[in-house]
Amino acid sequence: MAVFVYAENINGVYKKAAFEAVSYAKAVADQAGDTVTAISVNPTDSSDLLYKYGASNVINIKDEGLKSFSAKAFAQAVSEVADGNIIIFPHTTDASSVAPMLAIMKNYSLITNVLEAPESLSPFQVKRRAFSGKGFMHAKAEGTGVIVTVSQNAFGVKENAASGSEEVKNLSVANEDTKVVSHEQSSGKLDLKEAEVVVSAGRGMKGPENWGMIEDLANVLGAATACSKPVSDIGWRPHTEHVGQTGKAISPNLYIAVGISGAIQHLAGVNSSKTIVVINSDPEAPFFKSADYGVVGDAFQIIPALTEKIKAIKG
Amino acid sequence: MKILVCISSVPDTTSKINFTADKSAFDKNGIQWVINPLDEFALTKAVKLQESQGATVTVINVGDIATEPVIRKALAIGANDAVRVNLDPKDSYSTAKEIAAVAQNGGYDLILCGKESIDYNGGSVPGMVAQLLNQPFVNASVGLDVNGSEATAVREIEGGKETISVKLPAVIAGQKGLVDEKDLIIPNMRGIMSARTKPLQVVEPTSSEVKVQGVSYDSVPPRAAVKMVSPDNLDELVRLLHEEAKVI
Repeated sequence: MAVFVYAENINGVYKKAAFEAVSYAKAVADQAGDTVTAISVNPTDSSDLLYKYGASNVINIKDEGLKSFSAKAFAQAVSEVADGNIIIFPHTTDASSVAPMLAIMKNYSLITNVLEAPESLSPFQVKRRAFSGKGFMHAKAEGTGVIVTVSQNAFGVKENAASGSEEVKNLSVANEDTKVVSHEQSSGKLDLKEAEVVVSAGRGMKGPENWGMIEDLANVLGAATACSKPVSDIGWRPHTEHVGQTGKAISPNLYIAVGISGAIQHLAGVNSSKTIVVINSDPEAPFFKSADYGVVGDAFQIIPALTEKIKAIKG
Repeated sequence: MKILVCISSVPDTTSKINFTADKSAFDKNGIQWVINPLDEFALTKAVKLQESQGATVTVINVGDIATEPVIRKALAIGANDAVRVNLDPKDSYSTAKEIAAVAQNGGYDLILCGKESIDYNGGSVPGMVAQLLNQPFVNASVGLDVNGSEATAVREIEGGKETISVKLPAVIAGQKGLVDEKDLIIPNMRGIMSARTKPLQVVEPTSSEVKVQGVSYDSVPPRAAVKMVSPDNLDELVRLLHEEAKVI
């Protein structure tokens, strides 16, 4: 039951999702009575960061051809070194592009969007997100090899230090079919799916010019910003901020919804948030039924005041 | 250019999701079925390429006869013809295998899909199809241009985007942004009438192998009753978030 985990990095720097995937892999390995081997492609970060969450071996793939991302080439590279029957991935955009290709290469089962440690290892059975957050599925893998992708912010990052060793594998995987032409990373912006706090707003903000106060609150909280579907449809905010059934599904610790009525499609994307605060001028807004804390009132007065109060306690 | 668009028939986005009494399956009673919204972006993009580049657009669905109204809607939106693989799909693998089997002999230059279905959220079919066909794969695409034997896809990445040139044939999985929401095509009467006579080929599945079984299902547990806080007492909200929920 050797457990492998794909530790994703961006420009060599490990993502929080990588630490969560390693934490998950450690839980699986403990269940299986085995150890965790982490695989990374061209990392610059130290392997110590992965030992901290329970990896006892780290395989660093060095491959100039993999300096830019290609789902197929990355799947080929991981396939060459992942010599175990359980392979864990984070459910990030890149990793969830690689995992299906790897599943076919290895003829393994693939269970995506998992939320908890497995219910059993043989057969491998685990709870996963389904119906866009409106339900859960207990999925069972057929056969002996299984790949899972771990839903972000679901299992959590758990320190579990192991003493580890590192191995460097020099590969040269063919990467001829795709070529990255340009890569734009917005600097200093928190990734919405990784964020532990998200401040989100809807049509109640009346216009894009009023988003400054949402950003101010987000800055004080160290939060990412998001929006409802109508707001991204009108073009007030980019598509990348749309959370909901056809946008992003997120699971932060704290989700603050301002001026969002709470359509079922919006709830689907956010109802796995651990704590939900709804601020809306309409006391009948359906979102209050799905919230932990609610405030009925004018967002234009509440948000700046709330920002000041949080700033005060954050000191 | 030949384009294959993979569509899934899913519960309407406003559907409440219920499971059967023994929790062993999704309860289909009273559900309205629609084209998976993310597939609709892919389909609209294909129809735009049909208009601009003279491409032919075939839609494929793996599903039993109950999915035919959704396939007809795709034809009404503008696809030229359709294939239905007569299999109630049980997992991503069996679905991908059937799509790949049809695509294998179809000579398609481009396979377009939504990046995931909004029902089972596997997000696995497009990548599996690509690998089964040994074709390149770009996921989460928010832009696409085709120029001869090459495509340029823009994909969303965490905190940014990336533009990639891809050799065709290739599989591209799209999402909102591949076309704008306002550009989604609502079938008109002419489209609906012509869809009735467009070819819809039914083929039998090639295999019954399943890799993942849905053993049981749970609904999302309800939250405790909301605690309302006066807008004049935001200190209390901050206190609750700090001391009770421990999230700030």
